[in-house]
Amino acid sequence: MQADVAGTSWPAQAIVAGRGHGQALLLTEALSFWGGYDAVRGCVVESGHPQYGARLAGRVMLMERAKGSSSSSSVLAEAIRNGTGPAAIVMRERDLIVGLGCIVASELYGLHVPVVVVCEATWQALIGLGSAESSALHIHATLPGDCLIRVSPYSAHNGPSTTGASI
Amino acid sequence: MIDLTENDQALLNGQGGDAVALAMRVLARSAALMGAERLLDITSAHIDGCLYHGQASLDFVERLVAGAGKVVVPTTLNVGSLDLIHPELFRGDAAVKAQAQRLMQAHLELGCESTFTCAPYQSHHRPRLGQQIAWAESNAIVFANSVLGARTNRYGDFMDLCAALTGRAPACGLHLAENRLGQVLFELQDFPADLAGRDIWFAALGLFAGKQVGTLIPVFSGLPLDSSEDELKALGAACASTGAVGMFHAVGITPEAPTLSDALGCRAPLQTVAISRAQLQRMRAALSRARPGDRLAAVSVGTPHFSLSEFEQLLALLAEEEAGPRIDFYVNTSRFILWQLEQCGQAQALRSRGITIVTDTCTYITPVMKQTRGLIMTNSGKWAHYAPGNIGVEVAFGSLRECVQSAVRGEVVLDAG
Repeated sequence: MQADVAGTSWPAQAIVAGRGHGQALLLTEALSFWGGYDAVRGCVVESGHPQYGARLAGRVMLMERAKGSSSSSSVLAEAIRNGTGPAAIVMRERDLIVGLGCIVASELYGLHVPVVVVCEATWQALIGLGSAESSALHIHATLPGDCLIRVSPYSAHNGPSTTGASI
Repeated sequence: MIDLTENDQALLNGQGGDAVALAMRVLARSAALMGAERLLDITSAHIDGCLYHGQASLDFVERLVAGAGKVVVPTTLNVGSLDLIHPELFRGDAAVKAQAQRLMQAHLELGCESTFTCAPYQSHHRPRLGQQIAWAESNAIVFANSVLGARTNRYGDFMDLCAALTGRAPACGLHLAENRLGQVLFELQDFPADLAGRDIWFAALGLFAGKQVGTLIPVFSGLPLDSSEDELKALGAACASTGAVGMFHAVGITPEAPTLSDALGCRAPLQTVAISRAQLQRMRAALSRARPGDRLAAVSVGTPHFSLSEFEQLLALLAEEEAGPRIDFYVNTSRFILWQLEQCGQAQALRSRGITIVTDTCTYITPVMKQTRGLIMTNSGKWAHYAPGNIGVEVAFGSLRECVQSAVRGEVVLDAG
């Protein structure tokens, strides 16, 4: 499937600059990275979370909103450093704790994981793609301003999912 | 775009040194993220960067130390991964221990005070009504905003330190009066009044409400007017565990909610949720599968850190029992509270009854407990929420009184009803 959506793009608001791509991974409930994500093993460890065990590496994480402890920024930054963090993050609401993890990883390590916020219509469209194994989302966020989320056919050989080079 | 003052701009350009420039860059990027138009002055900071979450936490602080950074406002520190006063309690990896110790030390080199507590509001650092502050640690944030009426956003690691090094924070969110009004109303009917076992209901309510409201501000009406700071602390900590809650109002109790219409700013709530006593009981039951008589491995309380008045309650409850606990009984607190306990002889009394006092850290974030297999009992909603994921334990959830009675018998004891 997804031949019809490849080439499609949706508008998004850039919150943290960066560039990343990968298959979408929808978190159907808010996740606190602190206490909820193991940055070494790279998987969701919050007991009872619907995506328990899910791996974020190389994926474009879709999470409507965040929750939980303020230590989540550190865990996210550490996951990005370890290569166990997401390639890009799409949310419905601005969240400082999530954004900050990405900002610090970019300042310290030059790993620029973008964070973007989308409207309800785009969110629904992206959720519709959630199970699409064959497509990848591409995000190139620059500040200030809006950007596009592009869809392409997914290939395991698309190259590194988050760029350390120029943004 | 954000409107920086001349001084902000100078710091951004490196005139305050490399550390301050990095701090200002992170602040400015975060301000843009939050949609703030300017920065504002803050009068204190509470830093949650002392918990070792891996190399990234240490790299950031080392960068600031190397850049000759120093805090410019009174700055307290949250818990670390180690009990520096009782380091022998640490049972984890030696390399991690060394990194964690260095992380705590590096913060001291930046000029932070060695408080190592998640409850800085239980020391001399009590911000006043209306004061702008930059606090991290979810329970401290909720307490400062709700119970003290100080103003802070939900700061996380890094940003808190950037605020401390510059004395500035983005002017948005809970820093501004218009964003501090209640949004979701919880009407409590027949809230349990029995003081001795009441703590658990605040924790259970907090876990439930946090999940309901997400990022919105809850208003609780119908809480006992004599609700203590410890109970409000338990409520806020639990709310902030299951939701992104930065503030709540308790009508007739917290300073910005003398009346319901003050709490709501004369607007209608977005949603009203009536909660009966039977519903509270169901919420609580849903949080723990433990049954009376189940064997317990340990008890852990003091998340957030125990206050002096909680220690007094604990001593009184222990005095009601003929024997001391048969299982490990941990209480997390700050070193300042411990010093006060030692001065009045209560620390010795607690230890002689078999209580292990843990300072500077917390039992659910670091390997301190000897026994983490089996069932562990707590009265903390926050501990109950996070410990299973963090340290892989199973949790029994009960009031402080039930925790003490259970510890003495080595098995779960729950109040009737």
